[in-house]
Amino acid sequence: MNATLFYSTFVIYAVATILYLCFLVKPKDQLGSAARWSLYLGFLLHLGFTANRYLEAGHTPITNLHEALSFFSLSVVAVFILCERRYKVSILGSFVVPLALIILAVSAAFSSVIPPLNPALKSRWLVVHTVMAFLGYAAFAISFGTSIMYLIQSHFLKKRRLGSLFQKLPPLDILDEISYRCLTWGFPLLTFAIISGAIWAETAWGTYWSWDPKETWSLITWFIYAALLHGRLTTGWRGRKAAMLSIFGFVIMLFTFLGVNLFLPGLHSYK
Amino acid sequence: MNIIVVGLSHKTAGVEIREKVAFSPTQMEKPLHQVVDLPDITEAVIVSTCNRVEIYATTRDVAGGMARLKRFLAEYHNFPLETLEPHLYSYHGEDATRHVFRVASSLDSMVVGEPQILGQIKTSYGYAAEYRSSGIILNRFLHKAFSVAKRVRTETKIASSAVSVAFAAVELAKKIFGDLSDKTVLLIGAGEMCELAAKHFINVGVRGVMVTNRTYERAEKLAEEFDAKPIKFEDLFDQLHKADIILSSTGAPHFIIREKDMHEVLRRRKMKPMFFIDIAVPRDIDPKVNDVENIYLYTVDDLNGVVATNLEQRKIEAAKAEAIVEQEIGQFFKWLSSLEVTPTIVALRSHFDEIRKGELAKTLAGWKNLPPDAEKKLEALTNAYMNKLLHHPTSVLKKTEQGNRNDLYVDALRHLFDLETGAPQEGLMELED
Repeated sequence: MNATLFYSTFVIYAVATILYLCFLVKPKDQLGSAARWSLYLGFLLHLGFTANRYLEAGHTPITNLHEALSFFSLSVVAVFILCERRYKVSILGSFVVPLALIILAVSAAFSSVIPPLNPALKSRWLVVHTVMAFLGYAAFAISFGTSIMYLIQSHFLKKRRLGSLFQKLPPLDILDEISYRCLTWGFPLLTFAIISGAIWAETAWGTYWSWDPKETWSLITWFIYAALLHGRLTTGWRGRKAAMLSIFGFVIMLFTFLGVNLFLPGLHSYK
Repeated sequence: MNIIVVGLSHKTAGVEIREKVAFSPTQMEKPLHQVVDLPDITEAVIVSTCNRVEIYATTRDVAGGMARLKRFLAEYHNFPLETLEPHLYSYHGEDATRHVFRVASSLDSMVVGEPQILGQIKTSYGYAAEYRSSGIILNRFLHKAFSVAKRVRTETKIASSAVSVAFAAVELAKKIFGDLSDKTVLLIGAGEMCELAAKHFINVGVRGVMVTNRTYERAEKLAEEFDAKPIKFEDLFDQLHKADIILSSTGAPHFIIREKDMHEVLRRRKMKPMFFIDIAVPRDIDPKVNDVENIYLYTVDDLNGVVATNLEQRKIEAAKAEAIVEQEIGQFFKWLSSLEVTPTIVALRSHFDEIRKGELAKTLAGWKNLPPDAEKKLEALTNAYMNKLLHHPTSVLKKTEQGNRNDLYVDALRHLFDLETGAPQEGLMELED
């Protein structure tokens, strides 16, 4: 049941990715809505997979890398669907949906066996802490996607190469706006994830902060996004500079999420 | 007599070349006189717009005339001929006529069907007429071009389906800003193109318009027209940060806006993007401004790429217009070839000879008892009389070195003696509009 749901999600996401990439080449309305509906279907299957996993395990299924990556992919799709409905920029899917697909593919590389729950994780904080962190990550992922689009679009405008891809991509200010909105959602989510994590750590390990690699890197990520938002609000880091910093922040965030778990041993290394 | 054209346009040269060889509209007398003073050049008209610089001239020596015009264009602007030459085109005869007809009809425009080019050519012709560098051929040539343009405008939909550069500017602004309703447009200087673009922006709904000009009164006047806010030229850099879209078309010979000015401006507007459209030739805005973060600078050339809509319809209308042009070329050439000296002399002689023969026959028919050699003698007498009469005019016409007066005489003769000519006579032609 679990595997069936997982692989059908994967297949539907793959179909959605192909449709979104086709939509990038040929922006026909039918193609766009086909891509959207297949993504909705994939999202429902993905939700089903996650719910099923929750019932089987009896706790939030974010306790190993397989589950965590899958949940990350689910969050990215969820935030994207919200953004698409809000800003009507289907073409964003051509950049974000492949990312969700890749994350899901990577998750398949890790064991899907439900491990016995680490006693330290047995807490209501698990849901709060991880769901907030992953929604934050997803928001940063969307910001990453729009930032890449921004850099492409700005490059075309500067070089005056007003080809067909240029015509299809949304206006610069819209991209900038979506990227900024995602940051204003992602940053508080990350902040609360860190705070809730600290409170939870106090109850579980007896200390708010123990400079474990995950904590350190989360803080680095937090500072990067804080700097980006601060720069934007005060001196107006906009456009290219903001886009590049957002891309940089996302890379660091990925390391916080994956690199720390894979390469740096610490309290958070659940495999 | 041959009509030749030497020039360059947006199709053959970028704005950085065009602006180097552009002629200032306030100083047309000198170049026009220099061109007609060139050996073997009899008439000249110079057309200089931001998209093209062209010299129309008449000459007997096509190859030599073209070479002289090319050299003139380079030397007048102190621009190396080797660099300029690859960008130049030259036409003569029928091709030259087709060219001017197409240019005037806006078929050769960057944005096909845009209406300004006709006015620009009329102005250019006005200078040539004022400084007497154009003569009978170019007068006729350009008036014909005007009437062809008029026909094209009324008989095809090319003008109404024209997607102007102004439209393209609006489209591009939408690609940068998305929504324009909270954006401000600033006009620097005045000019038809600039005002047209401003109208387009107002049309799609921008928040406000600001206008500045070296002479504040003009800014005020224009501001009234657009319901805009006039700004003193000295205050330009104090106000620039308020503008999102800047249209510049001043006659300044140097850059008005430079890269180094922009950092402060951007800081004051918190790095929000700016869209500059430089319509002026020579340019108002340093191309380096485009390298500044979040600033996008476009010249009229660059805007070309944005125009994409309605292409099919325009192609059909353009084909109709081309057909009109071809038709009119034929008519014009009938007239032009009638100005050739030899056929005119032949026609004049045969015209006289016909009259002489007719009258002689009438006289002889009613004359009884004629002495045997009288017919011969009368024949000789009338012939000699006719030859004497025609001798001087013929020899004047045959003097080829007298330049454009010759065409005038030929044309006059054709009129006075009702010699068969190609095109219907249009009498004295007035400048239209």
